[in-house]
Amino acid sequence: MTARAFTGENGDEDVTIKILFCGVCHSDLHVAKNEWGFTNYPVVPGHEMVGTVMKVGSDVKKFKVGERVGVGVIVGSCKKCESCQQDLENYCPQTIFTYNSHYTDGTKTYGGYSDMIVVDERYVLRFPDNLPSEGGAPLLCAGITVYSPMKYYGMTEPGKHLGVAGLGGLGHVAVKMGKAFGLKVTVISSSPKKETEAIERLGADSFLVTSDPAKMKAALGTMDYIIDTVSAVHPLLPLLSLLKLNGKLVTVGLPDKPLELPIFPLVLGRKLVGGSDIGGMKETQEMLDFCAKHGITADVEVIRMDYINTAMERLAKSDVRYRFVIDVASSLSQ
Amino acid sequence: MAMSSENEHPVKAFGWAARDSSGHLSPFKFSRRATQEKDVTFKVLYCGICHSDLHNVKNEWGITSYPVIPGHEIVGVVTEVGAKVTKFKVGDKVGVGCMVGSCRSCANCKDNLENYCPKMILTYGTKYYDGTITHGGYSDIMVLDEHFGIKIPDNLPLDGSAPILCAGITVYSPLKYYGLDKAGMHLGVVGLGGLGHMAVKFAKAMGLKVTVISTSPNKKKEAMEHLGANEFLVSRNTEEMQFAMDTMDGIIDTVSAVHSLLPLIGLLKNNGKLVMVGAPEKPLELPIMPLLLGRKIVGGSNIGGIKETQEMIDFAAKHNIVADIEVIPMDYVNTAMERLSKADVKYRFVIDIANSLKPI
Repeated sequence: MTARAFTGENGDEDVTIKILFCGVCHSDLHVAKNEWGFTNYPVVPGHEMVGTVMKVGSDVKKFKVGERVGVGVIVGSCKKCESCQQDLENYCPQTIFTYNSHYTDGTKTYGGYSDMIVVDERYVLRFPDNLPSEGGAPLLCAGITVYSPMKYYGMTEPGKHLGVAGLGGLGHVAVKMGKAFGLKVTVISSSPKKETEAIERLGADSFLVTSDPAKMKAALGTMDYIIDTVSAVHPLLPLLSLLKLNGKLVTVGLPDKPLELPIFPLVLGRKLVGGSDIGGMKETQEMLDFCAKHGITADVEVIRMDYINTAMERLAKSDVRYRFVIDVASSLSQ
Repeated sequence: MAMSSENEHPVKAFGWAARDSSGHLSPFKFSRRATQEKDVTFKVLYCGICHSDLHNVKNEWGITSYPVIPGHEIVGVVTEVGAKVTKFKVGDKVGVGCMVGSCRSCANCKDNLENYCPKMILTYGTKYYDGTITHGGYSDIMVLDEHFGIKIPDNLPLDGSAPILCAGITVYSPLKYYGLDKAGMHLGVVGLGGLGHMAVKFAKAMGLKVTVISTSPNKKKEAMEHLGANEFLVSRNTEEMQFAMDTMDGIIDTVSAVHSLLPLIGLLKNNGKLVMVGAPEKPLELPIMPLLLGRKIVGGSNIGGIKETQEMIDFAAKHNIVADIEVIPMDYVNTAMERLSKADVKYRFVIDIANSLKPI
């Protein structure tokens, strides 16, 4: 499928991209199954795509034909509001999402499980040379989703202690970035089975199972910050208790119901709970360059397009280390 | 054999205490320690009634140990100083807030954050270094480690200063810590009681635009004409609340009852901060999407350290800020507690201890 099929045109500020790879984000699954209640079928998901530039519009300055580029979660915004002017297109009230959204001309947006896409250059990322496409693609959503709050909430001071709750697509990238920032990293998980993996392969310093009361008690008040990637409804009190004074708990997962927030721990420890939502274009580019510099890629399982439904089933059971990436160019056929 | 409250210390003292969870206060004989080398002893002149006093006497937090003499908004005059005291002389005015001790050696204490010391000793109801329980300001005299004494600036009236020692610092500290203290910012204040009215006064003095958010429309005139608030929103008026969405840099939430956070989060601009200083004893519902979509935070804060409390009262003195009070005699205290539970006070009761606390 092509995006903007009705126009088929590459506007003056647009680039046309042949899609090579596309990561499978958990949001793709939520939207495909209408779990958030706003899916507009038919939907072509995919917002972690890497490809090559086939054509550039006359006003395009950033890219040339043949360059390797990425497209993430957004393909448009108003460009005029305070957020857009501050390079925070992700907080623009008129953000246009890569799929299941609408352009201003009313046409639907279609995502990266497709052969090509036409995007305004402002929302296209340059892919650093030494960043592989397969391992780099998931950074376009998972990567920026954890990088942005780590910067905004000041989780980058070497020597400080970061907790990462949930070890999936978002969590495993947070561990890698945390280590690159020089932090001590503890993975917080409901199950012990990922412990060896977390420590030996991902480089986490320690692993905490939330159902182990002795270990949780020993870890009370030891963390400066926690990135909470868990999307299921879960209790916040145990996580808040792990924070030191002035500690910050940042949620980047999307539970579909409100969570219970105990107020006493916030007050008595001057702690906070904050949110964060992907990142702006400038920051996404900065994140890709940071990952290239530190050799950070997602751990991926490359699949063919026709495996996608099985992949979605496995994803629903968290049976993937840690992102599926579709080899679109080799396997998507008419 | 356990020492009785009257005998555990050498100096006779007298106050009013609650003896059980009815919360009823009545005359009570007890004793205070002798003045140690770093202590100041003072005669209590005034003591504010904080809502925490009410929670405590009725054991609403489940931690009260009876008998309890409440009171942690205390102003007095020094009558004796220990040999190593440098901060106060006999005859000086002294204020005491919520703390009378801490470990003095942990990282928080060294950082002037005694309020976050894990061994912080509260002014009443807590074990002191000597193992005895602390008794608060509904009493005739107190003995205090000078470190925890606050100097009351000369130009502040003593009765109106007392509540500042708890209500004032409780809202001042988060305004500074969360950066909600810059002229031109827009602050929301939820709840117009002891804490709320102090938040309005401080924020106005810092040059902020202030909107009061309240369940009672009848506080509007007062809020705007007397306290200087710029706007007033009735939280149950969905149209008003909707119109004000996305307008505030921060909100100080002073409400202790369980209440909905969603509409408050909606009032915040992107990157806005909702700061809880009231402490509902049950968890509140936190909707996650609005936090994420606007990169907003919900944070907490608890009183303030001694250095900051002094800074706060000096700031109040500079801007002529005192609490709005209703001065009462000691024997009105039970009626005052009942009225307080119905929020029937503008905005703090202050007990005129010196003139009305008579020993039995």
